[in-house]
Amino acid sequence: MSMSPSVPLQEMIRAIRSARTQCEERGVIQRECAAIRAQFRQADNGGRSHNLAKLLYVHMLGYPAHFGQMECVRMIASSRYSEKRVGYLGAMMLLDEKQDASLLITNSIKNDLSHSNQYVQSLALCTLACMGSAEMCRDLAPEIDRLLRASNSYIKKKAALCAVHIVRKVHELGELFAPAARSLLSEKNHGVLHGAVVLITELCERSSESLERFRKTVPDLVQIMKGLVISGYSPEHDVAGISDPFLQVRLLRLLRILGRNNETASDAMNDLLAQVATNTDSTKTVGNAVLYETVLTVLDIKSESGLRVLAVNILGRFLLNNDRNIRYIAMTSLQKIVGTDHNAVQRHRGTIVDCLKDQDASVKRRALDLSLALVSASNIRSMMKELLLFLSSCPPELRSQAANGIFTAAERYAPSKRWHIDTILHVLITAGGDVRDETVPNLIQLITNTSELHCYTVHKLYRALLSDISQQSLVQVACWCIGEYGDLLLRGDCQEVEPMQVCEDDVLDALETVLQSHMSSTATRGFALTATMKLSTRITDNVDRIRSIVSIYGSCIDLELQQRAVEYNALFKKYDHMRYAKKDSTHFCCCGVILFCSVNSFAFNVILGFMLLLTITFVSAPTAPTVTVYEKDGVTLTIVCEKQSDSAMTVTLTGFNSSDCDVSSFTLQAAVPKSVQLHMKAPSGDSLPAGGAAKVTQVVLLNNPNKVRLQNRQMLFIYLVCRGSTVQETVQVDSFPGL
Amino acid sequence: MLCLLRQMRFLLLFSRQGRLRLQKWFTPMMDREKKKIIRDMTTMVLSRQPRTCNFMQWKDLKIIYKRYASLYFCLAIESQENELLALEVIHRYVELLDKYFGNVCELDIIFNFEKAYFILDEFLMGGEIQETSKQIVNRSIDASDMLQETLEEYMSKPAF
Repeated sequence: MSMSPSVPLQEMIRAIRSARTQCEERGVIQRECAAIRAQFRQADNGGRSHNLAKLLYVHMLGYPAHFGQMECVRMIASSRYSEKRVGYLGAMMLLDEKQDASLLITNSIKNDLSHSNQYVQSLALCTLACMGSAEMCRDLAPEIDRLLRASNSYIKKKAALCAVHIVRKVHELGELFAPAARSLLSEKNHGVLHGAVVLITELCERSSESLERFRKTVPDLVQIMKGLVISGYSPEHDVAGISDPFLQVRLLRLLRILGRNNETASDAMNDLLAQVATNTDSTKTVGNAVLYETVLTVLDIKSESGLRVLAVNILGRFLLNNDRNIRYIAMTSLQKIVGTDHNAVQRHRGTIVDCLKDQDASVKRRALDLSLALVSASNIRSMMKELLLFLSSCPPELRSQAANGIFTAAERYAPSKRWHIDTILHVLITAGGDVRDETVPNLIQLITNTSELHCYTVHKLYRALLSDISQQSLVQVACWCIGEYGDLLLRGDCQEVEPMQVCEDDVLDALETVLQSHMSSTATRGFALTATMKLSTRITDNVDRIRSIVSIYGSCIDLELQQRAVEYNALFKKYDHMRYAKKDSTHFCCCGVILFCSVNSFAFNVILGFMLLLTITFVSAPTAPTVTVYEKDGVTLTIVCEKQSDSAMTVTLTGFNSSDCDVSSFTLQAAVPKSVQLHMKAPSGDSLPAGGAAKVTQVVLLNNPNKVRLQNRQMLFIYLVCRGSTVQETVQVDSFPGL
Repeated sequence: MLCLLRQMRFLLLFSRQGRLRLQKWFTPMMDREKKKIIRDMTTMVLSRQPRTCNFMQWKDLKIIYKRYASLYFCLAIESQENELLALEVIHRYVELLDKYFGNVCELDIIFNFEKAYFILDEFLMGGEIQETSKQIVNRSIDASDMLQETLEEYMSKPAF
């Protein structure tokens, strides 16, 4: 039965709804609000409740309604129930504890709490529990306590929730309500019981003394719960065969709080929990809601292991439920306990992995989290198969998490190095764009350290590069690998992969494609350029092609690439003579050209280092070449190295000045590694006149008896005076060929 | 932050076009905040794909939503609360409305919004469940209505 509708209210709603545009609606609202305002100012005309109701409707549409606040206060103070009802509703909608007007209703609430009519009392209790300020709560707490003890169940249940609100606002008042709360547990009325359980829960969560005190109620709570579970059909509270599931869930929650960290309390509820877990009908959501709460309780208290296994098995069953809501909450619960009950959760690994294929994105996400948590040394191979399968078809928002999770798992549990590298390659091919930035240097590190697989790795990466150059991280690693192990690639023999003839042009084609592709990022181009450069020491026929590639980038618009190319070009010029090989007597061999790439992106600041080291040794050099080590502003310094014996050499330094200004005080100093003996003979002079009229020569004797590899740069310091100012230059000489 | 933690934070009802039909806030909040939440909720819920579960994570809350005919019911609960039970809470409220209006539809909620609030206030209070029996809630509403009617009738009788 519903009471007769408010005609004025409905007329207004109709008028608002018939407005065809936002503008029209605003017009209607304005008119109505004006009328309402006028009505508020008038004397009592019996239509006040309709007026306020209209205003509340307008407020819900989002329009301002502050001018109705005082009307609410007035209405609440009215003696008419209809006006009080709307007045209190208005107070709950328009007032909150921050408004001054809310203070004004305290008195009305106080009076109405002891009204003779319970429905009026109810309005006051409801409003207090909704918006009571701390001050109001303090003021009215004793009244609430009185109602908790002596009133009918309709009022008691509301008073209980009011008390809950009061305790939340003013913690100390918890003490006041504790005794009443305790005695309410013996009530039969479900509404009152429910309120009592909520109140006790609130008290226990706030104070450990309360918690201790209320632990004694565990047997009573268990009894109440048992009554609900075993009792026959109770029509008033039945929901799909479950007797008052709302109350059951609150009882289970309270038991959880009381049993937490307490063996005795946990023991006392053990049987009950087992009973609920086994007897609750799980065909409908409502039964599963109770089962779910039971599981949460079992897992949170000190339950015996059998009960825990039972709880985890319920979660496992949930995973197979048709209802995706149930699958979802099972996942979240399992996620929470995968650390503490790892073995129990492992038993359901198959089901969890199946959920990777679930339609629901939230379930998929949870399944991924859980699957990654369940990876172990014993299941790594099978799990990785599933995870890689998932990665190839997973939603884009999960790719990054999946890829990075796979990397972590692979790193921890890789059964073999080759498996590890294969897995990483697979991820890079599938989802290279979604991996973390550290992946590239980490993978380079891994490959470097796995020397037995260099041949295999470079072959695989080369093939990957041929088929797809869009995944930047993959392309970067591939380029690096080709630059580093290009000779192994060209040699062609690798057992673990299908044989494939790769010639120098093929490799350079691949690198050039990367360089020219619009898909390649600047960092990637840097890798490709460096790799091309490195290959110049590993190949014999195509050096000119490399030079041309490198020199093109000398005018590249990107500063980083340009700089790199220019430096490489310089290297070419400097050591060009060393590439020149005479057939018979020269054994030309290049040792370790190691270039570390400078990956210097503002995004992730990974600077691996930039070190250029060229060590080239000749077995014998028939003609001693002249190498220019310094050239600036017309002043040049060249060196000519002549081997004297196995470990000794003379280096002739020659200074020359082709500029149009005289240079004086031209002095040279040298620094070499400790184990190398240095003896600088007296220079021929110290002035370099303009126009190259005269030279300065100086002979340096070097002896390297320990055959120390000259890895560190040797330094030459040049001092000179030109146009009255002193110039000091430092030149690094990477090596003295032949030493 | 234990204070003001309660089972439910807010309940919103809105149409498929995002028009608000009912808003119940169980914690004090600025108007500005409320408006933002309403915007966020309507956007989030209305853009959900079909065949996804009824739960979403939003900030530190769980959002439980369900569509009944043309109305979306959106309930925000604390993170430790039971989502499945929250679905039952929504369902219970729908049942109460249905009983009261007789085959309730959105128009009933629009034209009798204050009744929807009165019913809600007999079922929930302070963010917690107040009464677990359907019949008792129905009886309470009926009795309140009677009280209103009687007094109104009495008041509107001409005084002689």
